[in-house]
Amino acid sequence: MRSADLLSFNLRLLTRQWFRTLMILLATAVGVAAVLLLTGLGEGARRFVLEEFSLLGQDTLIMLPGRKETTGGLPPLTGEGSRDITLADVAALERLSSISLAAPLIAGNAQVVYAGRNREVMTLGTSARFFEIRELTLKQGRSLPLIPLERAEAVCLIGPKAKADLFGSAQALGQWLRIGERRFRVIGIIEDRGQSLGMDVSDQLIIPVASAQQIFNVQGMFRVFLKVRPGSSMQQARSEIIDLMQKRHGGERDVTLITQDALLGAFDDILKLLTLSVGAIAAISLVVAGILIMNITLISVSQRTAEIGLLKALGASSKDIRLLFLSEAMLLALLGALIGIGSGYALLWLGHSLWPQFPVSVPLWALLGALSIALGVAALFAWLPASRAARLPPVEALHGEVGHA
Amino acid sequence: MIRLEQLCKTYHLGGESVHALDHMDLAIAAGDYLSVIGPSGSGKSTLLNMLGLLDTPDSGEYWLEEQQVSLLNEEQRAALRNQRIGFVFQAYHLIDRLNARENIELPLVLNGTPPKLRRPLIDELLQRLGLEKHALHLPHQLSGGQRQRVAIARAVIRKPALLLADEPTGNLDSHSSNEVIELLEELNGEGITLLVVTHDPKIGERAHRRLWMQDGRLTGENLDAESREGRTGRKDRKGSDDAQR
Repeated sequence: MRSADLLSFNLRLLTRQWFRTLMILLATAVGVAAVLLLTGLGEGARRFVLEEFSLLGQDTLIMLPGRKETTGGLPPLTGEGSRDITLADVAALERLSSISLAAPLIAGNAQVVYAGRNREVMTLGTSARFFEIRELTLKQGRSLPLIPLERAEAVCLIGPKAKADLFGSAQALGQWLRIGERRFRVIGIIEDRGQSLGMDVSDQLIIPVASAQQIFNVQGMFRVFLKVRPGSSMQQARSEIIDLMQKRHGGERDVTLITQDALLGAFDDILKLLTLSVGAIAAISLVVAGILIMNITLISVSQRTAEIGLLKALGASSKDIRLLFLSEAMLLALLGALIGIGSGYALLWLGHSLWPQFPVSVPLWALLGALSIALGVAALFAWLPASRAARLPPVEALHGEVGHA
Repeated sequence: MIRLEQLCKTYHLGGESVHALDHMDLAIAAGDYLSVIGPSGSGKSTLLNMLGLLDTPDSGEYWLEEQQVSLLNEEQRAALRNQRIGFVFQAYHLIDRLNARENIELPLVLNGTPPKLRRPLIDELLQRLGLEKHALHLPHQLSGGQRQRVAIARAVIRKPALLLADEPTGNLDSHSSNEVIELLEELNGEGITLLVVTHDPKIGERAHRRLWMQDGRLTGENLDAESREGRTGRKDRKGSDDAQR
């Protein structure tokens, strides 16, 4: 049988039983679209997170108190040290030849009050250096003053969201608000930059590190951001930092250094796995579609018993009959998959236009995988009924059911 | 053209063995017109399926055009069915989603004839059988007689050597019945070997050679004088047909 004849013979069959055809197309299309959608979203999430973390910059190190292993798994984001990292440590670190900037960080939720409005706001205690390292810019006012780290000053910067919560549309610059038990004057408003490192800068207050030590009643740093001097290697900076901290902490290595690469690598692995597993879950719906195809093909074989007998009498071999039924199933799966790919991409495009900051993209392996699973499953599940049709003895097939015509 | 030697076929139905063909010997000459008459269950349908290569014997030999076809495999038998044998069934067995033209086309489609070569063959046959007007009609739009003519057209489109008709008039009124049988006889007149299986004595009587079957055996044979002459030497089919009319 020529392929063109085979195609037109199958198309005739499919259009005649349009409802049945429609249902199988729908099942296959939903399966394929689900794979594309879920992997597209998973891949989008991965890129989103990676982009966020890339903001940290290639030349930045984060130091946490306490020694943690950073290989094999997500590095610790919170460290509990045996010995605090003090402000003196931070100052000493900044004097290292391989380090250009060092910014301490203390973070905590504080009760913030302004004109009777009471909010719990994430409050960061740091220095002016923090703005350089994190590349934060100001919408209004000025940054933290360049004062010795140990000096507490009653000034704060506020994120736009926190500002809207506390002040509404009123002027915030120059106003006094209360953080915990202390009063602070607003000297600047931070530019909104969206989520970064899991923290929304727009919803935060930034105060001098010494003030934060008083409010939260802590001595040790939560983190220290270190920017490596241009020209110095990451490796060199690392060993210098470790050596210095070891010397300062009585010979004990009780800090952990995290690089962006380690962080990104860990997230990348996890998110890739996530994408793969949601894709696999979606692929199950394709297997369900395959079982549907098998049932439909079985019904088709039993309904067309007389036709099979006739075709054999007219000179079709078992091979031809099997090909006929297999190609019917494959044609269905192919059309369904194409519809699924079309609608999957359309939905992703729609989602992207509604939420432009979220990058969506279907990995090539998911596209090819969905297509080949759809076709493979159709071939696999149609094989059994098609072989059954091929084995039908022509005599019994012809007499088993009297033709309808 | 056809020689059956000690052909046997046994069916097992619920623990009971039915000898559908019991050591059958039969020789059929090219261009013959035979009828097989017998009650249902006499094995005549089995004989037809055996001759049409739709069924395989348990034992014995079947020679078709000097070829022992009982040795062929399924693929080879399928090719031979397509090329040398035409079937006409009581229930027509037209595919109801295909129009008359496409139904007739099927054997050519199955053997992979290019569409360009198919068209003139079908056009010629449609015209010959007076079906031009119905070429694009679906089977359910045709009368019984027309459907059977479409089925006959499908059976002879490959110009087979052997035409097997299983109760070809079983579902038809007497007028259509006559038309169909005359068409079959006309084709036989052109040299196709025709074998009609029937339980209708009136149809069976028209054949030149009549076989009676019961319990898988031939129980009687009746030969027309003209036909016997024809088989023994002088191939004067036209004359014998005229004599019959």
